[in-house]
Amino acid sequence: MSEMTQTWIILGATSSMARAFARKVADQGAVVLLAGRDMDDLKRSAEDMRLRGTDARAVKFDARDAETFAPILAEADAVGGVINAAVFVGSMPPQDAIDEDPSLIDGTVMDSFTGPARFLQSLAPLMEARGAGTVVGVGSVAGDRGRIGNYVYGAAKAGFATYLSGLRNRLTRSGGHVVTVKPGFVDTAMTWDVEGMFLVASPDKVASDLMRAVEKKKNVIYTPFFWRYIMLIIRHIPEFIFKKMSI
Amino acid sequence: MSWKTTEYTGWGRVLSANGQLARPERARALSEIAKTPCPAIGNRRSYGDAALNSDGKAIDMTRMNRILGFDAGTGVVTVEAGITIGELAHVFAPKGWIPAVMPGTGFATVGGCIAQDVHGKNHHNAGSFGQHVLSVTLLQGDKRTTATPTKNKDLFRATMGGIGQTGVIAEAKLQLKPCAGDVMMVTEQRADNWDQHINLLDASTAEYCVGWIDATATGGALGRGVIEEAELAKGLLPTAKPSKSVPMNAPNWALSGPIVRAFNAAYFRRVPGSGKSSVKRIDDFFFPLDKIHDWNRLYGKRGFHQFQNVVPLDQMDALREMLGLIARSGLASPLAVLKRMGPGRAGHMSFPMEGYTLAVDFPARDNAKDLIARLEDMTKDAGGRLYLAKDALATGPAIKAMYPEHGDWTKLADKADPDHAFATDMTRRLDLRNAI
Ligand SMILES: Cc1cc2nc3c(=O)[nH]c(=O)nc-3n(C[C@H](O)[C@H](O)[C@H](O)COP(=O)(O)OP(=O)(O)OC[C@H]3O[C@@H](n4cnc5c(N)ncnc54)[C@H](O)[C@@H]3O)c2cc1C
Ligand SMILES: NC(=O)c1ccc[n+]([C@@H]2O[C@H](COP(=O)([O-])OP(=O)(O)OC[C@H]3O[C@@H](n4cnc5c(N)ncnc54)[C@H](OP(=O)(O)O)[C@@H]3O)[C@@H](O)[C@H]2O)c1
Repeated sequence: MSEMTQTWIILGATSSMARAFARKVADQGAVVLLAGRDMDDLKRSAEDMRLRGTDARAVKFDARDAETFAPILAEADAVGGVINAAVFVGSMPPQDAIDEDPSLIDGTVMDSFTGPARFLQSLAPLMEARGAGTVVGVGSVAGDRGRIGNYVYGAAKAGFATYLSGLRNRLTRSGGHVVTVKPGFVDTAMTWDVEGMFLVASPDKVASDLMRAVEKKKNVIYTPFFWRYIMLIIRHIPEFIFKKMSI
Repeated sequence: MSWKTTEYTGWGRVLSANGQLARPERARALSEIAKTPCPAIGNRRSYGDAALNSDGKAIDMTRMNRILGFDAGTGVVTVEAGITIGELAHVFAPKGWIPAVMPGTGFATVGGCIAQDVHGKNHHNAGSFGQHVLSVTLLQGDKRTTATPTKNKDLFRATMGGIGQTGVIAEAKLQLKPCAGDVMMVTEQRADNWDQHINLLDASTAEYCVGWIDATATGGALGRGVIEEAELAKGLLPTAKPSKSVPMNAPNWALSGPIVRAFNAAYFRRVPGSGKSSVKRIDDFFFPLDKIHDWNRLYGKRGFHQFQNVVPLDQMDALREMLGLIARSGLASPLAVLKRMGPGRAGHMSFPMEGYTLAVDFPARDNAKDLIARLEDMTKDAGGRLYLAKDALATGPAIKAMYPEHGDWTKLADKADPDHAFATDMTRRLDLRNAI
């Protein structure tokens, strides 16, 4: 493959947001590695993309099993060209389930933060060696402030955002880039039966925003954009008031 | 897997349902959910209650939208049934293949197109959608059955136009049609009155042919319109214009009589007396309204009805009389279509018959309801039928009289679904699951 080949590793590729994003990078000619746990589903998606004309492959990735990481990196390395990665991995058990069984915290943090971070940490040297490549990390507006409804998930996302900020600092030096994405409410499987959602965006809309952010080398984006302002307000509510609110 | 209780509507937004919906994104999730037998729904582009199940469950198929196989030599494609027609055209036209039949909206899913056995602007040549389906995979509770025109052929036929009553269509294999290129050569001609309009439709030899009709013109201008004929061709694409959406319900006067009459007159005169040829993008020709998302909001929050019927060729005068009634009522909107259909149909409950089909939109008002009731009677008397994809108002006995194979179909539907678990608001309203 030529030096100009773009390879995108999509972690959490079963997510509808990830599927929409993968189709968009594929339309630009990228080689796509669809990484996740559900191999049946990933193989279907890979076949779908191949039939549309993309070199797409399904690869095993489990955020809780670091043994799955190296083969993905080896495969991306073997394709040659520029390596990029987009992280859609995350899990959000209901807060009351966590209250009942605090051990759920470990898995939540591993799925949404430490697993992907550990993967990216091993990827970074490959990107540095090539002097190029972009990482898209999907966090959440939930990481901007700890709320009663989902603060464990929020904490994991906050940790991930801080990690991405550091990784950006590092990769920038060698010509790489990191985009941190904070979606508001997105119409996916994760939120299908969540009540009280508003201003819900489609996965396709989010994927378009991500594409634009990658092109324009944005650092941190909210999607849809107005969440930047909603969160600006929420972050500025004084703690002595915020602690009594349940939003 | 998660069910959520929600309110949802048909495209006309007059009828709505409150019920539980699931929206699987993976094959395994779908099989799991389908163990609770309940109707599948697509993008709810049916106007009335075909895709509604009040107080019950339904499976939203729109996220099951992957291509599972394609043979570039034969043009046979296998898909998950939630993929849209527009997406198929978008992916395959550049490769020289196109869905053999496409309805007027690219948002219709393959499952919805099968379940209504839809027709396109080439019905007179290509027949109905179901005639190009090679196989369907149906989920009926725990059971997974494949039906083709030769294997389980009764079930197959009952599924084409079977409004979802034989089970959840999970996957389908379709024969695409070769196409020279991915643009349309379009010729538009004016017809000054009904006779001219019918003559032009009858004389057309084009692959695709449809008439836009000014359903507000009366007297000598009754039936005037613009006949559009088109062929697929190779050419350079004008760049796509970005889509727009209608952000909120329009006020009630937006589609009032004087505005519609003025719009229609301008639309008619847009085409010069000598006619006009142009090159269009595939989507602009087939799915002209899709560029404006949620255009159904233009009718305001009360919603709207589409009346669509078909009458046999020799009942042309009866159709003319119906158009006269519509025109004099002053209730019609600019969206009105006249088309000559061929005999092609794939199932017992398929809409098409050889003849002329008329489709007209009306804002939902009491007087529109009365008018549509009269048109229903006149259609029945003319030996024609109404289209279930559009209907929200018809009565059961009339529909049963219009569909002579209805009785046979109920037996096959009962075999596939003895408990009527796939019943919808429509089948209950029209009592369609019972023979008499
Ligand atoms: C602007 C516009 C233009 C149109 N033009 C045409 C036209 O030119 N010709 C024409 O024939 N029709 C036309 N239609 C009607 C439309 O094509 C049909 O209503 C079609 O069924 C819509 O598909 P859908 O995916 O939205 O199905 P829905 O409306 O969601 O469902 C329709 C029926 O199919 C069943 N169904 C859907 N998916 C499945 C599945 N996977 N398994 C089993 N059952 C299923 C549902 O239970 C329901 O009975 C038009 C509609 C609009 C809004
Ligand atoms: N939906 C929203 O409103 C919203 C808002 C803000 C942020 N987000 C974030 O957006 C991302 C995509 O989420 P979504 O809404 O599309 O929901 P989703 O479908 O549940 O996606 C989550 C993805 O993470 C994967 N995953 C979870 N744990 C994993 C593990 N241990 N190893 C490997 N993969 C694992 C899932 O894979 P499996 O298929 O194997 O389960 C799935 O692909 C998530 O990071 C989510 O937190 C979503």
